[in-house]
Amino acid sequence: MNTAECLPGLVPGEAGQPGAGLPRLLPERRGGGPATLAGHLARHGGLPTAAWDRRRREQFIAEVGRAGLTGRGGAGFPTARKLAAVAAGLGRPVVIANGTEGEPASAKDKVLLAREPHLVLDGAVLAAGLTGARQVLVVAHGAVREIVDEAVAERRRARCDPVPVRVLTGAGRFVAGEATALVNWVEHGIPVPTRVPPRISECGLGGRPTLVQNVETLAHLALIVRHGAAWFRSVGTPEEPGSILVTVLGAVQRPAVYETEIGVPISAVLARAGGPAAPLAALLIGGYSGSWVDQAAALTLPFSAAGLHPAGASPGAGLIAALPAGACGLAETARVARYLATESAGQCGPCLFGLDSIAAELDALAAGHPFDLGRLHRWLGQADGRGACHHPDGAVRMIRSALSVFAAETAQHARGWCCGTRPAGVLPVPARAGP
Amino acid sequence: MTSRVRLRVDPIACAGRGLCAEILPELITLDDWGFPVIRDTDVPAGLQAEAGEAVRVCPMLALRLDRVNRMDRPARR
Repeated sequence: MNTAECLPGLVPGEAGQPGAGLPRLLPERRGGGPATLAGHLARHGGLPTAAWDRRRREQFIAEVGRAGLTGRGGAGFPTARKLAAVAAGLGRPVVIANGTEGEPASAKDKVLLAREPHLVLDGAVLAAGLTGARQVLVVAHGAVREIVDEAVAERRRARCDPVPVRVLTGAGRFVAGEATALVNWVEHGIPVPTRVPPRISECGLGGRPTLVQNVETLAHLALIVRHGAAWFRSVGTPEEPGSILVTVLGAVQRPAVYETEIGVPISAVLARAGGPAAPLAALLIGGYSGSWVDQAAALTLPFSAAGLHPAGASPGAGLIAALPAGACGLAETARVARYLATESAGQCGPCLFGLDSIAAELDALAAGHPFDLGRLHRWLGQADGRGACHHPDGAVRMIRSALSVFAAETAQHARGWCCGTRPAGVLPVPARAGP
Repeated sequence: MTSRVRLRVDPIACAGRGLCAEILPELITLDDWGFPVIRDTDVPAGLQAEAGEAVRVCPMLALRLDRVNRMDRPARR
């Protein structure tokens, strides 16, 4: 692919074909601040203008398809299929870069935007080129809004983007990053999911075909368009190529965001974070809608959808939380369940009332008060799949995995005492949740 | 030949009034919070009149009958 071509106003950097290894998205850099446009171009080179050529769009989208890039926001949908659907839609498409990152424990999108805003913006602008969109919206978490604003201003001064880029602050809520909620937020200022229209790729913002893509996905896209599918596939597994950003938190030496090849063992991801800071009990994988896995079972699992599937888990939004031995996993689960219940958009009865009932039962369980495990399981079944969005499903998945992984602890709690010998609080939840 | 139809509820519109479950207990039960759980099957021919009645009486217009095509997906509106 031609990387020598460059957009008007941009001077191509000396960046040739980069090495195949990591880091790709998060290079080590002195100083720690965000990459400047000049620094970014020196490292990556300019964008291939051919991406704006209508006749070559399909080739580029096919290349993204060959790369095997999937969404890094949690759902893992093939990016090329989404691009093709939006490009084929009726009307002029819109691109929304989703950097909302409403999950309190996750930091990977914020870190990416704070360190490499131009890589994300490249991806968003390229996605506009590949779909024929003429406007790009970046919805950024409030913590990194200023950095993104500055990067966009820098590009505007350099006149490097053929489409206007607008920045918005995301609503600070868990469900706000869900694609229909994001469109609703941009359009009406209401950060809750909607049910109609069925597909925003056909009918989203202002009725236009809308591409909502996680910011990390867009950063990968920016590199695939430059370096091609073969380069992208040179790390990761054949089925799930590429690298992934992972937020590692809890009982590890250096909790932070790390970029890792998809498919490396979980123990290797923890090693990047300096290894466990204490003997571990279990890991929460994927996020607050993810799954608990017993640590002995988890450490050898590959961090990939296929590798985690046998344990009932998935990479989700790229998160691993390490629970130290002695901390009560049920107390952690109850706290997160309460948070997820208060973060229900409150639109669907089974989510609003169901998650609240479930959280109350878990509170009792965690505190060693009388609780009804049969009723809890019935409620989990009644909440599962009963919302307009997947918020209740994710909460149910996480809680069911806790009841399975912490089954022995649940039996102890049933006898009226907590299994924890050290204070909990591994998983962060905002002090005040809800609207 | 009778066309295949299936009941669907819009969970956002539904307020849990429960009339549908009164009319069509064969296919609709209520969960512990009073919201309808719809059996995951086509509406049998013998119940299509009741299903239509359940759709008509829903005060929130949250219930609808969708034609099911051969691909077993809801018909586009």
